[in-house]
Amino acid sequence: MAQTALTDSGELLKRPDGLQGIVADWSSDQRAFKNVPWGKAMMWIFLLSDTFIFSCFLLSYMTVRMSTTVPWPDPSQIFALHIGGQDMPLILIAIMTFILISSSGTMAMAVNFGYRRDRRKTAALLLVTAAFGATFVGMQAFEWTKLIVEEGVRPWSNPFGAAQFGSAFFMITGFHGTHVTFGVIFLLAVARKVWRGDYDHARPGFFTSRKSHYEAVEIMGLYWHFVDLVWVFIFALFYLW
Amino acid sequence: MAQVQAQEEVGLAAPAEAGGKGHVEGQQHPIGIYLQIWGWLFVLSTASYLVDYFNVEGYLRWSLILIFMLLKAGLIVAVFMHMLWERLALIYAILVPPLLVLVFVVIGALEGDHTFLTRLIFFQTGP
Repeated sequence: MAQTALTDSGELLKRPDGLQGIVADWSSDQRAFKNVPWGKAMMWIFLLSDTFIFSCFLLSYMTVRMSTTVPWPDPSQIFALHIGGQDMPLILIAIMTFILISSSGTMAMAVNFGYRRDRRKTAALLLVTAAFGATFVGMQAFEWTKLIVEEGVRPWSNPFGAAQFGSAFFMITGFHGTHVTFGVIFLLAVARKVWRGDYDHARPGFFTSRKSHYEAVEIMGLYWHFVDLVWVFIFALFYLW
Repeated sequence: MAQVQAQEEVGLAAPAEAGGKGHVEGQQHPIGIYLQIWGWLFVLSTASYLVDYFNVEGYLRWSLILIFMLLKAGLIVAVFMHMLWERLALIYAILVPPLLVLVFVVIGALEGDHTFLTRLIFFQTGP
């Protein structure tokens, strides 16, 4: 079948920068995103739509928290752990934050080594990232179990205060946890491809038949960093506020 | 092919490290910058945790939380997600629309306050 995508546009002039560059890139029926592969542009647009989804969650959380007349439960104490004879406030969430940030660090380095065509290091770093992600999900499962079984928090009620706490908590962290879980699966799939050398030999993709390329690692990275990014907002607005 | 060519034309900020021959492929930056950002993210996260640990209250707490949050988000998007090195056409297409969320924040806050006041009146005078 003839490949119709990505014909050589034959641009040779240096493209302008700044505002002129925006006009030049967006006008005249061209490809608007000049130096990014279409997959990366599409991932960015997907992430933009996901931004709005999480924004909606956080916004509705803000609205219910502002409108309740019952005091809001204190996350600092709810998520405390008893370590070494004293209660550490919010320590579980802090550890989860550090784990997710570390996974973002290893992911960024995986992308870097990918573009250097260092197959082994890229695969290893992707696996480390996946391991951090799985640890995060595991800790979240622990946190949920503790809250549901021991503390008796439900989406419709909880012993600490405003009932809306439970619904906001399960919805927001649940949706984020789902993103992390899918990210881990995505990471393992990309790690397998890297390890097998798909990106070195431009092996055709299973579904798309398009040539594999190390850009795939960067696109994967965008998704993973986004998951970390969302956690930054959840950590600040839900746990610390 | 066309992609690689386009990348070369634009001339990404950082020079090729590994490939040599002046062939730039994708986003290539020295590894040190990632470690540096990683470190800063740890520092900022610790700082925002300490806000809670020392029970900072009121406007100071809220502004500190927001500042640390925005700094962390900025570092992740700019360096880890390579936004710093993209063309403005992509940067604006992705980063401007989320600003509209701020409009929703204002609307949501107004709505929330309204509901809160109505509830106060209702619960005080109700049956």
